[in-house]
Amino acid sequence: MRLKPWNRRHLIERIMQIAMIGSLVIVGLCLGAILWTIIARGLPALTWEMISQAPKGGFYMGKGGGVLNAILGSLYLASGATALAMLFALPIALYLQTYLATSGWAQLVRLALDVLWGIPSIVYGAFGFTLMIVLGVRASLFAGIIVLALVELPIMTRAMDEVIRRMPRDLAQAALALGSTKLEVALRVIIPQTLPGIVTAVLLAFGRGIGDAAAVLFTAGYTDRIPTSLFRPTASLPLAVFFQLGTPYPEVRERGYASALILTIIVLLVSFGSRWLAARLQRYTVK
Amino acid sequence: MAQNPIQSTAATRTQRVVAVSRQRTDTWARRVFFVITILPIGLIAGVLIGLLYRAWPILQQYPLTDLLFGVDWKPSEGRFGFYSFIVGTVWVTVVGVGLAIPPCILVAIYLAEYAGARTRLLAKPILDVLAAIPPVVYGVWGLLVVVPLVETVLGPWAQHLLGFWGLFAVQQPTGFSVLAGGIVLAIMITPLIIAVVFEIFNTVPVDLRNASLAVGATRWETIQRVLLPQVMPGIIAAIVLGASRAFGETIAVLMVVGNIAQVPHSLFDAAYPLPALIANNYGDMMSIPLYDAALLCAALILLVIILLFNILATVVLKRFVK
Repeated sequence: MRLKPWNRRHLIERIMQIAMIGSLVIVGLCLGAILWTIIARGLPALTWEMISQAPKGGFYMGKGGGVLNAILGSLYLASGATALAMLFALPIALYLQTYLATSGWAQLVRLALDVLWGIPSIVYGAFGFTLMIVLGVRASLFAGIIVLALVELPIMTRAMDEVIRRMPRDLAQAALALGSTKLEVALRVIIPQTLPGIVTAVLLAFGRGIGDAAAVLFTAGYTDRIPTSLFRPTASLPLAVFFQLGTPYPEVRERGYASALILTIIVLLVSFGSRWLAARLQRYTVK
Repeated sequence: MAQNPIQSTAATRTQRVVAVSRQRTDTWARRVFFVITILPIGLIAGVLIGLLYRAWPILQQYPLTDLLFGVDWKPSEGRFGFYSFIVGTVWVTVVGVGLAIPPCILVAIYLAEYAGARTRLLAKPILDVLAAIPPVVYGVWGLLVVVPLVETVLGPWAQHLLGFWGLFAVQQPTGFSVLAGGIVLAIMITPLIIAVVFEIFNTVPVDLRNASLAVGATRWETIQRVLLPQVMPGIIAAIVLGASRAFGETIAVLMVVGNIAQVPHSLFDAAYPLPALIANNYGDMMSIPLYDAALLCAALILLVIILLFNILATVVLKRFVK
């Protein structure tokens, strides 16, 4: 049967729409499949002991203990890195937006940040490790924090930059017209006004940092002890998952799945928490 | 005092002092901020120089062509050929990006051109969560689902239907394969590609669509004939960006790709990408001469390729933002 041109065109329209909705459904299903697998395989092995204890002797052969060392280690690593990255990200974003706007230097800095964002964390890890050898620093929480901060810096800065760019200009201009210096505008107008977005940017970077395995692989080391000092090695959740899956013992692998579930839950809590927090903070901005 | 902008004669001395100190704070803040913005640029240079410095011994000892195109990887005998690792990385990346492109572009077009507010509201958390899931969790999922799927379903099918074609021949039926790595990567880069393509479609003025729709084109025809030619460079940039992300992905790929140092010939062959090589061997390579330099040379190769990809993509995308 030959379709009339009009019908044929509408048929194509229909087919494309179905293909598009189908693609969206596939993406959704993939996410569902991932979450389902992690929950279904992780939940049976997820016990209170897993969350509340550090590994005991023979943990990697299936004996008792948990991954508290890795949970705490990851939280310390990501918190430290996020704080450190924020120290640099906020001034850079503010400087780009208040002092530079769209000048050549700003373009160059943005390009640099975008490029840094694309550098894989394994390269940061390798770079950090060579730096540690040169400086004579051993694998430690401290070294891990610094390398993770490098990974987080471009993500956080670009997100903040975007948020500040989208802020309406009139408030800042009003403040400038009243005689505020640019610094005062940045600190007293832009930061309060964009606080929801800044919080989102910080938590986005935190989430990226806590899930990263390649950057901490050589720099933070791994230990079964709960981290107590900045200058000792520390465990981290992604590596805990990785190492536990690498053993031949089924019980240990089960606990690896449970560790993956713990990591997923933390990351999702951070992700949804940031959205909730941003919505809360939105109330305190001038509309 | 010369720079004091407040010229009012009524201003008291204290007011003037306050104004000057505010100005001074501002000037200092500007200087400090400026110094901090050097950091990102310095960091790129630092990483490049650092890796180059540490990889120098091996670059001096062997010609670059031997390193890039040598197939032998026997560190203990002093043979460092990266060819199979580079090819392995390219295979996994191409498969991942190839699988990701069609659905990603369709979803992005749908969200930008068709979807109502409610669908977008529904799609956003899906993409956010996909982007938030850590690589190692993707690796776990790949290990639990994708590898068995490739081993028991896709492999036998391909062998049965297309086995005569080398690309689909199953020589190593373990499931740990280029295809498994590609599938995991495809899902990992999905949120990035969709977000970038979506943004690009939003930069096209509404008038263009209206003009096309007004002369009777269907919506798909408008997209195909009017919008796609406009945004094509941007879509290619998005794909390059996704490819560079896939190129450097370490832990998720390492868990499913098999890690056998060979040049893969089929989707079902195992591969050993560069990032996996670095991750697996770094740390215990001190005893073999040049091993350390070789691995950092691998990191350098990775970095240089990704820098090129990224600069290219960013420069193209910049044109759209304006």
